[in-house]
Amino acid sequence: MSLFDWFANRKKESPISQDRQEREIADGLWTKCSECGVLTYTKDLRANQMVCPECDHHYRVFSDERISQLVDADTWQPLNEQLAPKDPLRFRDRKAYSDRLRDMQHKTNLKDGVQTGIGQIHGEGIALGVMDFRFMGGSMGSVVGEKITRLIEHATAAQLPVVIVCASGGARMQEGMLSLMQMAKISAALERHRDSRLLYMPILSHPTTGGVTASFAMLGDIILAEPDATIGFAGRRVVEQTLREKLPDDFQTAEYLLKHGFIDKIVPRTQLKDTVVQLIRLHQIPTQSPSLNHVSLESAANGQSVQIKPVI
Amino acid sequence: MATTERRAILLDFEKPLAELESRILQIRALAEDNDVDVSAQIQQLESRAQQLRQEIFTSLTPAQRIQVARHPRRPSTLDYIQAISDEWIELHGDRRSGKDDLALVGGIARFHGHSVVMLGHQKGRDTKDNVARNFGMASPGGYRKAMRLMEHANRFKMPIFTFIDTPGAWAGLEAEEMGQGEAIAHNLREMFRLDSPIICTVIGEGGSGGALGIGVGDRLIMFEHSVYTVASPEACAAILWKDASRASQAAEALKITAWDLKNLGILDYLLPEPTGGAHANPIQAAEGLESALLENLEMLLAMSPEQRKQERYRKFRQIGVFSEVA
Repeated sequence: MSLFDWFANRKKESPISQDRQEREIADGLWTKCSECGVLTYTKDLRANQMVCPECDHHYRVFSDERISQLVDADTWQPLNEQLAPKDPLRFRDRKAYSDRLRDMQHKTNLKDGVQTGIGQIHGEGIALGVMDFRFMGGSMGSVVGEKITRLIEHATAAQLPVVIVCASGGARMQEGMLSLMQMAKISAALERHRDSRLLYMPILSHPTTGGVTASFAMLGDIILAEPDATIGFAGRRVVEQTLREKLPDDFQTAEYLLKHGFIDKIVPRTQLKDTVVQLIRLHQIPTQSPSLNHVSLESAANGQSVQIKPVI
Repeated sequence: MATTERRAILLDFEKPLAELESRILQIRALAEDNDVDVSAQIQQLESRAQQLRQEIFTSLTPAQRIQVARHPRRPSTLDYIQAISDEWIELHGDRRSGKDDLALVGGIARFHGHSVVMLGHQKGRDTKDNVARNFGMASPGGYRKAMRLMEHANRFKMPIFTFIDTPGAWAGLEAEEMGQGEAIAHNLREMFRLDSPIICTVIGEGGSGGALGIGVGDRLIMFEHSVYTVASPEACAAILWKDASRASQAAEALKITAWDLKNLGILDYLLPEPTGGAHANPIQAAEGLESALLENLEMLLAMSPEQRKQERYRKFRQIGVFSEVA
């Protein structure tokens, strides 16, 4: 082997830096943005709530991370964690539903596609549901429907606002009509919550489609969405097939829905918590003049009665 | 109904029956020409035909049932409304979208002395009519018209009958722009608020969210050969099997028949059809529907609006199968 070959081989064995880079991506130390290609130190990315600091691309985040982004530390109390799916239709496509469930549970460490609970967000109590897209595409079957319904019922009884972070492909086909009926069940619970004059705000993240869009995602008093999230009823391909023509590029994006008047506001993830809290506080009926607010909170905490001042 | 007409749109599993029927006709013609009395033989053959029809229609597979549910001559919403009511005035429009959706029709009818708001998906009778009616696939304007009419019923204390017969809500660009998801979602929530008794009947195809958009009520009735699906078997096969030709397998797996829905605790009332399906004897089918509606309406009118709403909530609240062990 000539010296020249030796150099050539070394080159082929790849520059050390790139090799290390790839290894570190694999190790999760660095993350490469799917939009702009820029590498970000994963810790920094996480600190920026999984939003690319370079191009503002919103990475998918899953339920655990979402909860920690939104809820004040040490205030999260999960509800109905014991609820687990069954296989009522004994459904089998290319794979048995029961096997699919087992694999998903193993992979995600969740029993099904939603986490629900109560917690505080900058000190304000909320009932929060967070769908998890990893679990069979966030699809809604009996467990997702039941957990969200119980969350809303709990919030109605406890006089809490409800926030649901949506991420779902729609109804879960493997549970057939039971899945479709969850849309009605959740809507029923929302009707009672609404009737009690309580605030409900869904946050539509990527993607929110199908039966979730045609039920609780679109029933918010105020509807927020993340930038560039896909939101729609029918899938893009289905619409393309019925039309036999190309759809506009921004079709079914959050921006498109805003333009058509179906959502209230697109909120970057880094501002989401503050925006949710601001909206919750805007819906609280003031009980004291603002200057006395601090005092009144303290006296309320001490168990003393708070004087209610009529709003003029 | 003339035999020739029915033969023109024969379903494949009806073929043995059709062959037998045509043989009966031939024999009859032959006997008439030759002036022979074959009435005994004909009677025998006819009773065999009847038996065969019964056999075929009591053992339909889910995929075959879909074919019956989609039969082009299956009675439609307007057919039933006209058959079961003494008076009927159709009303139009949602007052918002600037376009009346012909895929979802509604109005006020007189039913056994009661003024009732009736509405439902409307498929076309022929190709031209089907194009105008978008094959029964309603747009947001249709769902909003339905809600407008139901609000009207609520205001004037009229019961509501809805008739479900749609492949699904329309999946078009305009439908998305006008908020198909929002229109359906709004109906789902508001139908729980209404004081009026609500009876929903699946008369043909109950296609997913498009069906549910007028499907929240105190009672769910299904005709024997109608189906109700979370997703069309064709779409389900394409997504889960990655093969649209597996539709009949998907139809089986999805549990879409009236009996399946009864077992799942979703269906309240299974309505038998004339042998050969509702299209074989529309008048008899309508009579069955009329008495089922009357029976259920009387039960609901005996309750207070509050009781009905509680029960409606409870009815949907208990739907779902899951385990709950710590």
